[in-house]
Amino acid sequence: MNEEKDVEEQPKPLVLEKLEAHHSDALLAQDEARGSVVLVVRKDQAYAVLEYLKTDPELAYTYLVDVTAVDNSQMESELMQFDYARFMVVYHLYSYQGQGRVRVKVPVHENDLRITSVTGLWQGANWLERETYDMFGIDFEGHPDLRRILMPDDFEGHPLRKDYPLRGRGERESFNFDKQNV
Amino acid sequence: MQGGLERATGEKMILSFGPQHPATHGTLRIVLELDGESVLKAIPHAGYLHTGFEKLGEHLDYNQYIVVTDRMNYLSPLSNNFGYVLAVEQLLGVEVTKRCQYIRILMAELSRLADHLLWLGTAALDLGAFSVFLYSFREREKLYSIFEKTTGARLTTSYTRVGGVLRDLYDGCEEDVRQFVTNFPKALKETHTLLTKNRIWMDRTKGVGAISADDAIGYGLTGPCLRATGIAHDIRKAEPYSSYEEVTFDVPVGTNGDAYDRYLVRMEEMIQSCGIVTQVLDNMPDGPVNLEDNKVTMPNKPDAYGHIEGLIHHFKIVMDGHGVQPPMGEHYCATESPNGELGFYIVSDGSGTAYRIRIRPPSFFHFQALPHMLEGGMVSDTVAVLGSLNVIAGELDR
Repeated sequence: MNEEKDVEEQPKPLVLEKLEAHHSDALLAQDEARGSVVLVVRKDQAYAVLEYLKTDPELAYTYLVDVTAVDNSQMESELMQFDYARFMVVYHLYSYQGQGRVRVKVPVHENDLRITSVTGLWQGANWLERETYDMFGIDFEGHPDLRRILMPDDFEGHPLRKDYPLRGRGERESFNFDKQNV
Repeated sequence: MQGGLERATGEKMILSFGPQHPATHGTLRIVLELDGESVLKAIPHAGYLHTGFEKLGEHLDYNQYIVVTDRMNYLSPLSNNFGYVLAVEQLLGVEVTKRCQYIRILMAELSRLADHLLWLGTAALDLGAFSVFLYSFREREKLYSIFEKTTGARLTTSYTRVGGVLRDLYDGCEEDVRQFVTNFPKALKETHTLLTKNRIWMDRTKGVGAISADDAIGYGLTGPCLRATGIAHDIRKAEPYSSYEEVTFDVPVGTNGDAYDRYLVRMEEMIQSCGIVTQVLDNMPDGPVNLEDNKVTMPNKPDAYGHIEGLIHHFKIVMDGHGVQPPMGEHYCATESPNGELGFYIVSDGSGTAYRIRIRPPSFFHFQALPHMLEGGMVSDTVAVLGSLNVIAGELDR
């Protein structure tokens, strides 16, 4: 019975094995869902983990697919699980050496929105982090040019936060263009 | 490249390229710092077409959002529709019928052809080759007729549904498509004779906007722009989805990663797409198109209008809190869109609308890498490089 079960079980992905050996204290949670490894990593060690994932010759997650964030303020289960951290910064990585995809999630508390920038590891992180800053207000420390990218420079607020309403906060009405028509 | 340019004056000029410029194909802006005709610095600006698609995704239900995906890469809306519903279906844990998978491949490959054709026409037009524009638009028009007959729209196709597609292929679709893929390689040959060995075209694109394979990976380039650097990576091969493992095709690669190689890669991809389309038509399975699971799929229109069960199912699907409700969780699904990796990252809280939808658009990364390709080049190369990247403002800014 046990043997059968062993055969059915998938072998543990290399990335999990190696991280448990090298960065076990950084991992808050790990999961394997729908063909992708999911790791939740402590914020102070996120950079070290991402650097390890990229530079380790066997893993070689050289392609940063995406950086984004999720505002978990209306997601009670996630809040409970990760010490009421409001934001989750999400990195998607891909390895051209056959290790597949991995998703690294880093909980970020609202009272300390700073997180180390990964622009030194991947050039492509520059705009992704700018967008995450623009939409969520996450402060990427060490980013060479942390400005808004999609919203206008003088825009106030961070539109993808859950407390930002769908129809805006009256920015449109405050345009001079509209005032003339009143 | 800098050999003939004497930087005698040292005076610098700032040139704002866009937001309205005929070669930007959308509202993009590049601020160029020039010394004479050479580009010292290029700063791309995005955001002119920001539409808040990701925010909208948190307020529309899963089927309503398909309409929004049309407007991302508006040159190949069918690929966006496809990538999005695939992400939702994988999150739901359902797999559509074989016939539906084949129909989706068929439409995705036809829209790849349409996208590459528009790219070809406009990229050549930007460099002064007007005939190519006419030739490629003539072919593209045939594809758009097929799209129109299949989906009812030329641009805002909204063809896919969670669990299926809007409707089966129309009668005579196979003949139309077969006729297209038979004639198309000949038509493409005409373009080859116009451009591939054309002295002007080669001078304008060879060695222009080159990027190395390592830099391309670092910048996150995907699709034809990545393959032009020599990396044979295609998501359709690496992580096959929707029965792509059942068709055979080659992944063309370049060597230099310049505008000319990107051109050649796209030209060959069109031929490969024709091959895929033929195989799909040859092996098109029979059977139902949509999943017969009324909790997931919209009932077809005759049922919704003619039978009480169909009507009830229709209402259940469209009513808030009763329709498609993926279990709590998250999923990232990547598909190979004509421009590269189009990813949808969906977080579900178990309700009928997504908690968060993140779109990973290929153009965002290509536009970001633009300064790397422009700086040190000539100002006239800007148009050639921008054209070769096929940056689509709709998906860049979302």
